[in-house]
Amino acid sequence: MSDAFVSLTDLTLAYGDTVAVPNLNLDIREGELIALLGPSGCGKTTTMRAIAGLMTAKSGTIKIDNRDVTRVAANKRGIGLVFQSYALFPHLSAFENVAFGLRLKKMSQSDITTRTEAGLKTVGLSHLADRKPAEMSGGQQQRLALARSLVMEPKVLLLDEPLSNLDARLRLEMRNELQRVQRQTGVTMVFVTHDQSEALALADRIVLMRDGLIEQIGTPDELYNTPKTAFAADFMGFENIFQLSGQTLSNDAGQLRVPYTADAPYLGWRPGDVTIGAGDHQGHVTGVAFAGQHREYVLDTAIGFIRADADVHIPAYAIGDPVQFDLPLQTARALVSA
Amino acid sequence: MARNWPTWLILGLTLTFLIGPFFIIIFAGMSAGNSLAFPPDGLSLKWYYKVFTIESFRASFALSMFLAVFGTLAALVMGIPAAYALNRYKLPGAETIRTIVAAPIIVPGIIVGLALLRYLVVPLNFTITMALFFSHTALVLPYAVRVVSSSLNNLRSDMEEAAVLLGCSRLQAFFKVVLPNIRGGVLAAFILGFVTSFNQVPVSLFLSGPGVRTLPIDMLSYMEITYDPSVAALSALLAFLSVAIVFIAEKFLGFSRYV
Repeated sequence: MSDAFVSLTDLTLAYGDTVAVPNLNLDIREGELIALLGPSGCGKTTTMRAIAGLMTAKSGTIKIDNRDVTRVAANKRGIGLVFQSYALFPHLSAFENVAFGLRLKKMSQSDITTRTEAGLKTVGLSHLADRKPAEMSGGQQQRLALARSLVMEPKVLLLDEPLSNLDARLRLEMRNELQRVQRQTGVTMVFVTHDQSEALALADRIVLMRDGLIEQIGTPDELYNTPKTAFAADFMGFENIFQLSGQTLSNDAGQLRVPYTADAPYLGWRPGDVTIGAGDHQGHVTGVAFAGQHREYVLDTAIGFIRADADVHIPAYAIGDPVQFDLPLQTARALVSA
Repeated sequence: MARNWPTWLILGLTLTFLIGPFFIIIFAGMSAGNSLAFPPDGLSLKWYYKVFTIESFRASFALSMFLAVFGTLAALVMGIPAAYALNRYKLPGAETIRTIVAAPIIVPGIIVGLALLRYLVVPLNFTITMALFFSHTALVLPYAVRVVSSSLNNLRSDMEEAAVLLGCSRLQAFFKVVLPNIRGGVLAAFILGFVTSFNQVPVSLFLSGPGVRTLPIDMLSYMEITYDPSVAALSALLAFLSVAIVFIAEKFLGFSRYV
């Protein structure tokens, strides 16, 4: 408890009578980079808005830096938020966008100029200080929004889907940028995303959310390699998840007898963990895609479609070909619940 | 081109109907004769000069300008917050409020004028100028709410949230972020309101009294007594004024985006 910088205790959040987040407990350490991950409607954005003070908690407490801010207004919390749409002020230049918050503080003109220029420099936009947001590219707007929040030296910086509006190349650039800024400033960052690869690449810890509840918290390594539930596994790329009872794997599509049993209600396999070209079971190829190092197959089997990756050196199967496959216990991940 | 002749014919007729009367007025006012006629009785600009010497026109022009400017400003002072509230909050009965606000456009001016006279001016003993001011404000209000609403619709509310998180109060966020970004819509609403108020006849007809008349009413009564081309000249001048205002607004603000 002592090292918690942001601390959400028994937090309940609701829109009118619709409870979006029932009873959330979460501790975030100072300087941590946390990802709130989950599908849309899981409460991650609601949680972020509650930390920012843009929505009021129905019950529970929010503490930041040992201060109870549950009832503190959004403009008095000292929290920065980079909006998904950036929410830049279109009528102001880049410089004035960054200076906006500083001007509201009682601060000398020269201090404002110094800090604004430093902020623009941090995100590499010094040369565009006079541009209006509409005259900047998406990546530049993103960085401007980041600078606007950073110059306020917030206790916590929140980012809403920070990479979702950028193309693949900019996404990588921005990812490095966020990590660099975080190291440089040491600011505690919480970002919301529905994209597991973003969370895995950026975060120190991932908070996986489902229906307003925390499904699992862990480092990217832990979530990627040892998801606890079928939901978590599905989110982390285990595309083949089946129920296990006795020696039978099953799902909605059918059943499959296997020569083993395990002490888990669910087993999950990544496509790379499925054996293809050998094994006790047979299916038909219904889809094949070349992906550089491997080929991605979709097999039609007794338990529905199975996704399996095979090394490119193995000759390709064509659509319609019968193929042997196996779901070995050694490569399976045991999952404690749905 | 030849095959398109019906299209061109329709275009020509439409333009004639729309702009034709305008030219008739301009030329009727340029008459050298003493009565309103088209084609004009010789050409001169004397009626265009004479307009400025008629005392009652000067007084009623001043009144109309006063009503148009201050009535519209008053409507904006009420209309902007109303539009903002209707836009940003889920108010109970928002649709009803919208309908009520729009009522002065929908209800015929004659009825509005009569109602204002019967229930506002007579029982409350308003002066004529006051009554005109309130009625023009009410008539312009729907345009103010509508036009400002449409530009608020284009403004994302997360911009205000961003301002709040940077330290603004809600009110500061409105003045620092919302207002500058709906400036175009507010100006468009002002121009539309100004023109609506300035050209208003039916309501003003009921509320005008001895010695206190808006310009259109004054022109009507002038024509009843004196049938000379000065009214045509004045009409032409007013038309030019309206066109100039809208032209400037379109040029600098893209007025048509908001209406």
